[in-house]
Amino acid sequence: MKILVVDDERDIKLLFQQRFRKEIKNGEMDFVFAFSGEEALEFLDQLVHEAVLILSDINMPGMSGLQLLERIKTNYLEPPPVVMMITAYGDAENYAAAQRLGADDFLTKPVDFKALKEKLKTLT
Amino acid sequence: MGEYILAFFMFRYLRLTLRDTEILSKWDKLLQAGMITSAVLLGVEIIFDSVSQYTTWFSYLLLGYIAYLIYWKAEFSQRKSVFVAVLPFVIVSFLTKITSLTSTEFYQSWEDVYDVAGVFSVIWMIVMLVITNKQNKALAREREKTLQEEKQNKIISQMKADLEVQVVQRTAELTKQKEELQQTLDELKNAQKQLIHSEKMASLGELTAGIAHEIQNPLNFVNNFSEVNKELLEELQEAQTNGDLEAVGDITRDIIENEDKIMHHGKRAEAIVKSMLQHSRTSTGKKEPTDINTLADEYLRLAYHGFRAKDKSFNAIFKTDLAEGLPKISVVAQDIGRVLLNLINNAFQAVKEVEKPEVVVSTRHSAEGIEVSVKDNGPGIPQDIKEKIFQPFFTTKATGKGTGLGLSLSYDIITKGHSGQIAVESKPGEGATFTIKLPKT
Repeated sequence: MKILVVDDERDIKLLFQQRFRKEIKNGEMDFVFAFSGEEALEFLDQLVHEAVLILSDINMPGMSGLQLLERIKTNYLEPPPVVMMITAYGDAENYAAAQRLGADDFLTKPVDFKALKEKLKTLT
Repeated sequence: MGEYILAFFMFRYLRLTLRDTEILSKWDKLLQAGMITSAVLLGVEIIFDSVSQYTTWFSYLLLGYIAYLIYWKAEFSQRKSVFVAVLPFVIVSFLTKITSLTSTEFYQSWEDVYDVAGVFSVIWMIVMLVITNKQNKALAREREKTLQEEKQNKIISQMKADLEVQVVQRTAELTKQKEELQQTLDELKNAQKQLIHSEKMASLGELTAGIAHEIQNPLNFVNNFSEVNKELLEELQEAQTNGDLEAVGDITRDIIENEDKIMHHGKRAEAIVKSMLQHSRTSTGKKEPTDINTLADEYLRLAYHGFRAKDKSFNAIFKTDLAEGLPKISVVAQDIGRVLLNLINNAFQAVKEVEKPEVVVSTRHSAEGIEVSVKDNGPGIPQDIKEKIFQPFFTTKATGKGTGLGLSLSYDIITKGHSGQIAVESKPGEGATFTIKLPKT
């Protein structure tokens, strides 16, 4: 299963690669990265019919994570991707919006990578 | 006979000259007595014609007394001219009298001469009296004039004194007013200082959430990469024990890469804290070579996140279009940062209701200096507002929401502080672009 990480911070790529280096090495997990909502949608267009797990930041310039979530949930129905939202503003408003738009999970920065790893392992 | 008439009128004349003066009382009785004596003796002479040759002598005594008064008493010294007029008559009359008594022969042979002398003395007397009278009148006029002038002078000096009092009063009033104004001015200056400070603090408050977010991100990286490095170091130890040199090389490379990231994000957080501190501190006013691109990027991010923190649903595309190879220019970074923050905040505010909100900060390098522009695609600024936009206290925000000082302070910072220019270009419905031009030197 491919995991698409969407975040406007470019160093998130290296971080994930390091954090999940064993899993990547073992071939357990396959990460792809997009640095904006728009870029993420392009990726999804290329990955049609592939099972995808999406980890998206909410606060991004341009298309926000919530907008991306809405687009994914309305347009990419088959197979329905799992979408986990990550935000630095762990507030009720964003949480409610993410829930309403059909997010499968909601994480708050700073991300607890151990917990995330467990979650991803059960999902993939 | 004529002598008594003369004496009578002389007494009367002297009395008249003293009229309306204080010294009259001292002489009044004496002069009156002189008049009465003259009149009585005149009456005696008229009635008893035969005694005249004896009584006439009294008239000379009276006239002599008058001469004494006029020549020896200061009160009458001004009347000498009158006496000069009558003196020849008196002398001629006296000589006639004496010679007619002592030498009748001589008198008779010279009678004609005496008569002529008598006539001339009378003519002299009349002419002199007329002249004297004229002179007196002229003198009186002169005196009147002098009196008038004195009166005038008195009035003038009174007015002058009044005026001086007024001047003193007015000066005191003005001084008081000046002091009051000075005090008001001082108070206003203090108020202005406080306003500028609160403006700054308000914009800092707006920034706080954004700053927290901006610091949180690099800190997360620092923490994460540190944790990863710890793991990697453990793996390194393991690899060394196993003698897996290839793994040692790979892991070491990763550690170094991560370490770079730790340093990078640590510095990033530091820079944000520094700029926040700088922003809250009173300007040192010291110009230092500054990279305008870094400044613009930093404040754009801060402003964006600050905005997001306040309004979670707010989302805008914010872009930078920064000219490469921009030379550092000498500016008060903190002040220029404030201006940028203000312009960017305004831009975000403007695009709030727009469908596809976009804020672009661009820099440009020209021969004169560096240009920074902040462009938004908001509703634009109407002409009447555009004219007032840099005025102090002008705000389109609701009361209490904006100080109305942001752009006016920006204007001062750019034009007065940096000899630059700030201008706005806008068409209703087509957004607005604020452009700052900063000279290189």
